[in-house]
Amino acid sequence: MVNIIWVVMTVVGIVFAMINGTMDEVNKAIFEGAKEAVAICIGLISILVFWLGLMNIAQEAGLLHRLSRIFQPFISRLFPEVPKEHPAMGFIISNMIANLFGLGNAATPMGIKAMEQLKILNDNKSSASRSMITFLAINTSSITLIPTTVIAIRMNYGSVAPTEIVGTTLVASLFSTAAAIMIDRYYYYRRSKKGGGR
Amino acid sequence: MTVINLISLWLIPVIIGFILIYGTIKKVPTYETFVEGGKEGIQIAFSIIPYLVGMLVAITVFRESGALDFLMNLIRPYLMSIGIPAEIVPLAIIRPISGNAALGITSDLIATYGPDSFIGRLASTMQGSTDTTLYILTVYFGAVGIKKMGDALKVGLLADLIAIITSIIVVTIVFG
Repeated sequence: MVNIIWVVMTVVGIVFAMINGTMDEVNKAIFEGAKEAVAICIGLISILVFWLGLMNIAQEAGLLHRLSRIFQPFISRLFPEVPKEHPAMGFIISNMIANLFGLGNAATPMGIKAMEQLKILNDNKSSASRSMITFLAINTSSITLIPTTVIAIRMNYGSVAPTEIVGTTLVASLFSTAAAIMIDRYYYYRRSKKGGGR
Repeated sequence: MTVINLISLWLIPVIIGFILIYGTIKKVPTYETFVEGGKEGIQIAFSIIPYLVGMLVAITVFRESGALDFLMNLIRPYLMSIGIPAEIVPLAIIRPISGNAALGITSDLIATYGPDSFIGRLASTMQGSTDTTLYILTVYFGAVGIKKMGDALKVGLLADLIAIITSIIVVTIVFG
């Protein structure tokens, strides 16, 4: 699936450039895109190092464990394949909390740690497990309590009430997350009907 | 409003302080544990590079060649026929693909129509209520070396579509 999308985007782009006469832009795009990707990763280093360091303290101190105990009843339903006391739970929950408060910077490192744990649970296979897909679905539709970036932009452009969209964002993201979970479940049952279960 | 601003300003420092104090009480060697955990971050960041380079080059080529605009014009009538305002269509399409581009469009819409206009509020809600599916997929799966994504992309993109539609419905009801 990814292979096809990747090739289609690139090849269609190149063919389009031939017809459209935008070869010059495409040439620039190749290097700009690669440069931007590396810049993002380099920028991620500071965030990853800081939050993973801090999360390591939280984990060693047993804070993640306590956190996952509190939210367990709700989260366990979403991830039936993750054992209750598994470290993946703590990371999944911290990731959700970070997303809730619009702390995208903190959410990414915790999400990656959660993925790492989910992969271990899946016998280190290189294919996505059911829990991973659920986790991604929830993440892409992220429930947001405080959309910090958007509020900042609205302030910049002199909004009378920069935070008035907090309510609509929360409701919209609640609905879309619920929908994401249902879509995820639908695909899961379709997969398990075909056999294999994953 | 001041309360929310205060919370978003205080939240991260308070969380950091809390973790450090909690760790100290539990007799964790905080500094050493921090350094140990942080090391992993460097490795993860570097391992994501090839995934992101591949994906971003494809997206940028697709966008800069004019193919994205063409696709947008192709889909626009259908999106408009289900009630999506024409001005918001580019944002709706780009949101799942490129976070930076979406942020650019949102700023542009807010600048053009004003933050307190219907379009401005809709763009704000849409920007805030979903995340960049392709980026999350690339980074999360890339970091742990997942090669077969299964239904993840389909589920993510469908969820984005629902998010866009609910944004429009909610904003219309609240501010319409």
